[in-house]
Amino acid sequence: MGKVKLPRKSTSVDMTAMTDIAFLLLTFFMLATKFKPDEPVLVTTPSSISEIKLPETDILQLTIDKDGRVFFSMDNQEKRVELLDKVAKKYNMTFTPAQKQEFSLLSAFGVPVKNLPQYLDADAEQRKTFPQPGIPCDSLNNELADWVLQARFTNKNLRVAIKGDGDANYPIVKRVIATLQEKKVNRFNLITSLETAE
Amino acid sequence: MAEIQAGGGGGHKKGGKKRGKKLSTRVDFTPMVDLGFLLITFFMLTTSMNKPQTMEINMPVKEDNMTDEDQTKVKESQAMTILLTKENKIVYYFMKDGQPETPQVTNFGKGGIRAVLLQENRARNSAVDSIPVYRNEFKENKLTEDEYRAKVSAIKSYKNGLIVIIKADDESKYKNLVDILDEMNICNIGRYAIVDITPVELEMLDKTPL
Repeated sequence: MGKVKLPRKSTSVDMTAMTDIAFLLLTFFMLATKFKPDEPVLVTTPSSISEIKLPETDILQLTIDKDGRVFFSMDNQEKRVELLDKVAKKYNMTFTPAQKQEFSLLSAFGVPVKNLPQYLDADAEQRKTFPQPGIPCDSLNNELADWVLQARFTNKNLRVAIKGDGDANYPIVKRVIATLQEKKVNRFNLITSLETAE
Repeated sequence: MAEIQAGGGGGHKKGGKKRGKKLSTRVDFTPMVDLGFLLITFFMLTTSMNKPQTMEINMPVKEDNMTDEDQTKVKESQAMTILLTKENKIVYYFMKDGQPETPQVTNFGKGGIRAVLLQENRARNSAVDSIPVYRNEFKENKLTEDEYRAKVSAIKSYKNGLIVIIKADDESKYKNLVDILDEMNICNIGRYAIVDITPVELEMLDKTPL
């Protein structure tokens, strides 16, 4: 009896199925991705057990970093241009169409109104080093109140969310909250991250 | 790619017509898969899937021309004042006969303020104990979400329950505020308010050894 010779099988695997899966996942991630807007400051939010999710649209976000600077951001590009017009009118300023365009693409900013044109004229690289002292919100010069008020005129359904750094001092938070209360925003959200250790 | 030709043993010598060699229609997909996974990795890393968590806060309406009569009066027996101060410390006190009782110092965490809050809340509103029961029933689908919410909010808004007044001094951090609000949720305290600290209380903080 002669030995049975096993036919040698090809080692090449059919990649088609794998490609299908890979591209399926790729499509999913591409569609699900919402790029993180680049934030001017890094903020570590305190954690909480709250599981309420922040709505995706109509958000006015006030970021407070640990040095107590306040940054302002609002979604919806068209509304942002409208907002800039209103604020400019209030402060008797004019913005060029190019500056308005820049403003509509801006994520968050923390410069006083008088420095805003310069900030908008700066290019992306310069902007990183542009001094951002935060939006003034003390009782003498409360620009934040104007921003909030005009933003609410522009978008009636706006929800205010405060994203504060855990190490931010309370007085600044208190001032921001007081500003909101002054402008009759009595319901707002505090952005937190999920509690991890317990 | 290295590929071993599967010759099937060789030896097809049947003779006959000479055919043009059929070229394989197979394409090597490996580079495409590589590319696919590379892109997946990229999108997975850049994607921010989880939406941020939030806490909802309702502040009282601030009216300039509000008289004392408009303001809600809180009964002494149900009020607890929590002062947040430096180094993550908490000072709390109760009122008795119009005078503050000796302030107590505690800290955040299970054994600290949470134990106090749970105890005080339970003493004034014994129904809070049934909230975990309802929560379990809700998890086992014995209760609908609406029923569960209605029951919990009915218990939380019990009129003689504990009312917590939160005051933070200038040395406290924002994190402390969020933590104490979190404790309110954990301890099922329905009624609490964030109020500005008064000079009397600042003095009290000074006197209290932390």
